[in-house]
Amino acid sequence: MKENKDIRVVIGMSGGVDSSVAALLLKEQGYDVVGIFMKNWDDTDEFGVCTATEDFEDVTRVANQLDIPYYAVNFEKEYWDKVFTYFLEEYKAGRTPNPDVMCNKEIKFKAFMEHAMSLGADFVATGHYARIAEKNGRVQMLRGVDDNKDQTYFLNQLSEDVLEKVMFPLGELPKSEVRKIAADHELATANKKDSTGICFIGERNFKEFLSEYLPARPGEMQTMDGIIKGKHDGLMYYTLGQRQGLGIGGPGEPWFVVGKNLKDNILYVEQGYHNDYLYADALTAVDVNWINPDLVGDAFTCTAKFRYRQKDSGVSVEKRADGTVEVRFDNPERAITPGQSVVFYDGDTCLGGGTIDTIWKEGKMLDYVG
Amino acid sequence: MEAIYLDHAATTPMSEEVKETVCREADAYFGNPSSIHSFGRRARKLLDEARKVIAASIHASDREIIFTSGGTEADNMALIGTALARRHEGRHIITTAQEHHAVLHAAEHLEKQGFDVTYLPVYENGKISPADLNAALRPDTIVVSVMFANNETGVIQPIAEIAALLRDHPAYFHTDAVQAFGSIDMDVRQLGVDLLSVSGHKINGPKGIGFLYAAQHVKLEPLLFGGEQERKRRSGTENTTGAAGLVTAVKHAAEKRQARAEAYGSYKEAFLNELKAENVAFSVNGLLEETIPSTVNLSFPGTHVEQLLMNFDLAGVAAASGSACTAGSHEPSHVLVAMYGKEDTRTMNSVRFSFGILNTLEQSQEAARRIAKIIKRLV
Repeated sequence: MKENKDIRVVIGMSGGVDSSVAALLLKEQGYDVVGIFMKNWDDTDEFGVCTATEDFEDVTRVANQLDIPYYAVNFEKEYWDKVFTYFLEEYKAGRTPNPDVMCNKEIKFKAFMEHAMSLGADFVATGHYARIAEKNGRVQMLRGVDDNKDQTYFLNQLSEDVLEKVMFPLGELPKSEVRKIAADHELATANKKDSTGICFIGERNFKEFLSEYLPARPGEMQTMDGIIKGKHDGLMYYTLGQRQGLGIGGPGEPWFVVGKNLKDNILYVEQGYHNDYLYADALTAVDVNWINPDLVGDAFTCTAKFRYRQKDSGVSVEKRADGTVEVRFDNPERAITPGQSVVFYDGDTCLGGGTIDTIWKEGKMLDYVG
Repeated sequence: MEAIYLDHAATTPMSEEVKETVCREADAYFGNPSSIHSFGRRARKLLDEARKVIAASIHASDREIIFTSGGTEADNMALIGTALARRHEGRHIITTAQEHHAVLHAAEHLEKQGFDVTYLPVYENGKISPADLNAALRPDTIVVSVMFANNETGVIQPIAEIAALLRDHPAYFHTDAVQAFGSIDMDVRQLGVDLLSVSGHKINGPKGIGFLYAAQHVKLEPLLFGGEQERKRRSGTENTTGAAGLVTAVKHAAEKRQARAEAYGSYKEAFLNELKAENVAFSVNGLLEETIPSTVNLSFPGTHVEQLLMNFDLAGVAAASGSACTAGSHEPSHVLVAMYGKEDTRTMNSVRFSFGILNTLEQSQEAARRIAKIIKRLV
């Protein structure tokens, strides 16, 4: 068996605390660690400084502390073609995309992985909160032990082939412990705050950002019965179950987005968090990926997440011949959103997931959701 | 695994003699050459002697040597300083598309100030053509700047021919000799250049010091203002320890030029022969016969420069590309783009190897073997 020092692990370093600690842990375990910063998006801040520059500087500081070689690679073209184009297309289609899922699938565990392999890597590592386990000779992906940070939701499109060459050094740790390790080692990124939101939008106003790329078509807000309640700024700015930014006053319970009519450019709104229109009992998903395809039956029960950081819900899954799946919920679920991922779990094991396509209630497809 | 440094065109380590001089002089001559007291006088003496030796090395007079912080400042001064001084005589400047950015960006800066700049084309052999210069010359051309040898390909430019063309033209002729100075003997009178830039750290001298030769007749406006050192042309307390190191490096460059050229040339040859023996597919960028001995630029078909440099580094071979790379933004080398055009794949799969004081023949062969192994894995 190879000694750790002869095992090259290429780790994606973002300049954040998580990947910094992941690199540190690998280095402490004696691996031949190489750090890579991915530049996926070209942007400058208000001072004309490239926003990636600061993050890369943090990578260089940490890598020098750990005494590991580091490099920067550019995946702007791949990111634009595979992630950003998808992101815009989904918004154009009235759906709410999940660019992080696509970024993991197409960039981190494809373009980056290929690059790492060309550097003679035995493994690729990232600072994701997830675990990899070998059970009966099979490689599976488990949730990270920190329930609040578990990121398997975003990793649902990975395959066993890929996972065989992946390490997630943070999977066994709670976030608080990661922060502590960073502080104990005085890593340059120890006190850096976590990034929020979608990476290429950063701290900026989402609406403003989107309007730079897609023309906004303002239209009417209506109740499901056709009562006009005001104007919307463009359907793409709203997502199902949203309360903020509607600007509808008046008596009674608050208003929520319950659907979109793309053809007539109408945003449907209704009153009450638990409004009936927000509930569904089944969905279909496309682009379904099973991490260990042969270990999953054709029809089974398991748990599922319909959005990140949500508690699991009981579901029954039925595979269809065309590779899509039907998912029935044990209990009605609120604000299931087309374009988001549905991710399946058996206990701690992530089975895979897909993109939510259609939403159903009592055997009828809800065409008003968009 | 021994790390092999094949990037002497980026920078060189100080030679033992230079290190020794710098340490010695730092103590003995710490005074400010402008001071009235004995400490200042000793420093002044050192600086004057250094200037004399440096001037003699290029057959100039000591009044024609301006110490600068390095090649970049010398190049900036040569272009901007002369352009500003002669702006009433003309506003046309000629340079080439393959200059170092210290010249190119200075030229672009002047364009924004209203000067008119012509960038001469570069041919596949890595050279510019004197005929193109002749065609570009105008009565209002005030300065022509052509590098002595290119920093990425090592190709030597037709400096004497250009000087001949300019003999009867009022334009100043500047040459950036930063890469060439270590391997080519230079006589500024014979060459017919008016301005010439040299950097210390490229010739085993210290960083942060260099010089600009500006012939006596050259009008030059300063870029830095203050204590009016360097005969009002470059303010700022003189870098005396740097100058002490530089003069040692310049002396050695002159004394050892022949021996170094032969040694570095033999490393380069051994390196290329080993690559051939290993059946690596490559081509040389620029005319190999006309490169300075230390430098060669190779294209490896079917590879990508980022991937190559990272792999070389991980295998302990330090090399470089001319492409600017900040936080992963990768611009192809402007030199190779000038030679081949933007679409040519050679602009994205080429690496510069530059030999020097840190190398041996065996090392050069060993580096070639490591590179061969990587190329075979990648292609």
